[in-house]
Amino acid sequence: MNAWAHHLIIAPVLVPLVASALLLLVDERQRLAKAMISLASTLVLTAIAICLFRIESGPNAFDGIYLLGNWAAPFGIVLVLDGLSALMLLLTALLAVPALIFSLARWHAVGAHFHSMFQILLVGVNGAFLTGDLFNLFVFFEIMLAASYGLLLHGSGPLRVKAGLHYIAVNLVAALLFLIGVSLIYGTAGTLNMADLAARIPEMERDRRMLMEAGAAILGVVFLIKAGMWPLCFWLPTAYSAASAPVAGMFAIMSKLGIYIILRLTMLLFGEGPLAGFGANVLLYGGVATLVFGTIGVLASQALGRLAGFSVLVSSGTLLMVLGINDGAVSSGALLYLVSSTLTISAFFMLIELVERGQDAGANVLAVTMEAYGDADEQTPDEEEGVTMPGTMAILGICFAACGILLSGLPPLSGFIAKFAMLSAMMGTGAIGVPPTAAIWTLIVLVILSGIAALISMTRAGIRTFWSSIEGTVPRVLVIEIVPVLFLLVLTLALTVQAGPVLQYMDLTIRTLSKPANYIDAVHNAVQVPGYQDPAAPGTESN
Amino acid sequence: MELVLSIAIGVMTSCGVWLILRPRTYQVIIGLSLLSYAVNLFIFGVGGVKANVPPILADDAAGPLADPVPQALVLTAIVIGFATPPCFWSCSSRRAV
Repeated sequence: MNAWAHHLIIAPVLVPLVASALLLLVDERQRLAKAMISLASTLVLTAIAICLFRIESGPNAFDGIYLLGNWAAPFGIVLVLDGLSALMLLLTALLAVPALIFSLARWHAVGAHFHSMFQILLVGVNGAFLTGDLFNLFVFFEIMLAASYGLLLHGSGPLRVKAGLHYIAVNLVAALLFLIGVSLIYGTAGTLNMADLAARIPEMERDRRMLMEAGAAILGVVFLIKAGMWPLCFWLPTAYSAASAPVAGMFAIMSKLGIYIILRLTMLLFGEGPLAGFGANVLLYGGVATLVFGTIGVLASQALGRLAGFSVLVSSGTLLMVLGINDGAVSSGALLYLVSSTLTISAFFMLIELVERGQDAGANVLAVTMEAYGDADEQTPDEEEGVTMPGTMAILGICFAACGILLSGLPPLSGFIAKFAMLSAMMGTGAIGVPPTAAIWTLIVLVILSGIAALISMTRAGIRTFWSSIEGTVPRVLVIEIVPVLFLLVLTLALTVQAGPVLQYMDLTIRTLSKPANYIDAVHNAVQVPGYQDPAAPGTESN
Repeated sequence: MELVLSIAIGVMTSCGVWLILRPRTYQVIIGLSLLSYAVNLFIFGVGGVKANVPPILADDAAGPLADPVPQALVLTAIVIGFATPPCFWSCSSRRAV
């Protein structure tokens, strides 16, 4: 990796940061300028993410250690780019572009500073994916949360504010837990660098290690809140369904951020050594509970927004459960599932807004959705520019069906392939090669049942929306609103076609992750950039 | 010193937890502030409680040294802790609108 490519590592944080600062300078009335800056930044971000992904999927992986301020590894903060973080960066960028384009139709004009908050959210998410330092992770986490508070309230309305209050309170408490966990870990291990921490765990004395386990457990609770594990997830469906459509589409990555950090830290700290398998049971049982709760929620929800919210829980539950099983082949299937389900849920959140636009308010079974989009409907008259979509109902129906197929994991789309990869590995045709036990069979049955529940629920919702709609009014959908949804669905199609190489990449990523020594050595051996040699320096120094 | 610090953290945490469980927004905000003060003190205590000790090593001094990292952490935590309650505040004031 040459010097310029090396500096690309920090670009996913810097580009949106600069863009958001620029956006603050532009007056709120100059919407076009704001939209263009935001769009340009997001497109640049996508290009950078693709670049980084290509570098990382090439032969010289694990070159991506970036020393911030050129401080040596355990003392300064490092950014680490490996297969997993490159994948997540790419996924974030690929979600951001459609969400932003979708918002340009109307949502960005509903309240102030939408674009700035959107870019700040990207700063936080990208930073959290890249950082190799626990406290730096806290900072990026807070940046992301601060932006998400604003974005969740974007568009206002009583339902959004109510959900927002719960969301903010829960996340502020989570932030405090984060601090307690991080400071406990620092107090016992004496380091905040993840690689250094992993190297020091085997050398810790027993009583210190117990305190450190407590710190790690408290830290885990924070990420489980974000991922939405069962007893900590009641805020999630309400908040996600109350958020405006593009925001909810972007929030889909935030619950995956929790999963990402749990995956990263468990593989790095608790992959091998004296603490191997720490917390695996919590993840397993918690994941099962989340999966069951999410499945029941999916079956029970009448409003489409809540259905999508509970789908987030189903996806989180499945992933947590798989992380609890802690097997390489299953995990690589799970990574594919993560990508596929994030794209699906993001597309689904945006699609829901388009579909519900056409429904008469009285036709809604629950008043909840009415309230959520009541404000939005009032905005419609002054949005006359733009090209409307021909054959709206047909395209919406196709998108809806695709989302249903993806969520329930039916062939031919990527939801099926991802679930198939996970389940076949669980059944033992994969790497383990042992016949599955009764417990594993139970998990398999649960995953399949959750798919059936999604199918039932989506079919019911589809019939109600498209076939027996009371009013029969066709929603007015702009091209720039349906194209993002189609783009996300096409991505899942691409994921289906290219499933072989993608699975290979996931497999490689998981195999690299399961050898924490690589990561630790890479961070420890990261070389500082030779400083700029001032020719006059040796002479002046003696003075 | 350690005892006073730990009692202070304990009292503030318990008050904070009680307040955030109250069904009023204002009390929740005050509870969160109290909790964040308790957490800040906790971070501070993690580095060991020492008085009159420099956090930077002088050239020739080999004396006791206070850990500078928790001090840096607590600064960051305070800044972020200042910024987030107003978020909550503005959110709760919108409810009336």
